[in-house]
Amino acid sequence: MMFISTPWVTQAGLLVLTLAIFSVSFWLYQQCKVLPVIHSLLHPLVIAPLLIGALLLVLDIDYSQYRHANSPFFFLLGTANVALAIPLHQQFHHIRTLVKPLLITLLFGASFAVISALSIAWALGASVDTLISISPKSVTTPIALGITEKIGGQPGLTAGIVVFTGVVGAICGPWIFRWLNIADDRISGFVMGISAHGVGTARAFEISHRCGAFSSLGLGLTGALTAIILPWIVIACSR
Amino acid sequence: MLRGLAILLLYQSIGEAITHFSGIPIPGPVIGMVLLFLTLTFSGYTMPQWLAHTGHFMIRWLPLMFVPACVGIFFLPDTQANQWPAIVSVIVLSTLITIATTAMVMKWVLRPETEHLP
Repeated sequence: MMFISTPWVTQAGLLVLTLAIFSVSFWLYQQCKVLPVIHSLLHPLVIAPLLIGALLLVLDIDYSQYRHANSPFFFLLGTANVALAIPLHQQFHHIRTLVKPLLITLLFGASFAVISALSIAWALGASVDTLISISPKSVTTPIALGITEKIGGQPGLTAGIVVFTGVVGAICGPWIFRWLNIADDRISGFVMGISAHGVGTARAFEISHRCGAFSSLGLGLTGALTAIILPWIVIACSR
Repeated sequence: MLRGLAILLLYQSIGEAITHFSGIPIPGPVIGMVLLFLTLTFSGYTMPQWLAHTGHFMIRWLPLMFVPACVGIFFLPDTQANQWPAIVSVIVLSTLITIATTAMVMKWVLRPETEHLP
């Protein structure tokens, strides 16, 4: 195990691990696109973390070490966040005509996401610590981490909850829209962006370009709105 | 591709700088996104094709960049372990309810607009 202890080898190896497992999961997902229901459960964001988590346990590698080695991806997440401005700009002519309905939906969706999560958690007897970590759950990961640090939650838990929320939303969102007879991809996109942030947005871009543009709009607006309002609510409630 | 990446990184660093020096609790990349959007929309220039290419490439591989954070779900501190049932049901339930109700609200507020269509 001598070579494993060399930092650069470990760092490169753990990056390769992420890329390789993701490629395999992505290939598997593409192969299974013909299966109607199972295919959503085989989303790379479900399969890849499971496989990597299992491998880290088997190889006895610390998560903090893996996380540190994969910091380029955490950084690129921010770069991709900036890139969301491009589809937003390309679809702006659609958005300009819909300012009022979009704002109403945004205010409702962003507050409902927080309120429903907190009341269900409180009813199930979650601790205050957990409640605080849950509250930014539908905000994109980098924003959520900033919020949770501001209001005294646990960053690790928040990151997990946020990503899991996105995965649940990305998988179940299209089912819910079909069930509610919603064929308008402006609605599905905007709602996915509000409730399932970046993961939902990635899924929305698979549906259509317009869906993705409305989703990135929802993601950006919800993130900013929650980041501004949530800390004040938590301060008011803890008094 | 490289020019596009340079532009994105430039806006990311401007955003990070604004967050750092102003103390605004909004993360740098979000501010960078807003600034890039404002530049593209209101500067009067047509967006170059290479920037669109880079942007769509980054967004296409967004799920890859989420993977390392996702793995963290399996390595939570022990204090949170006994809260797992609550946490999982909260996420699943509230996410489903939020998506369904928000979609219905948006369908309702968009209704006057679609009624005008033939």
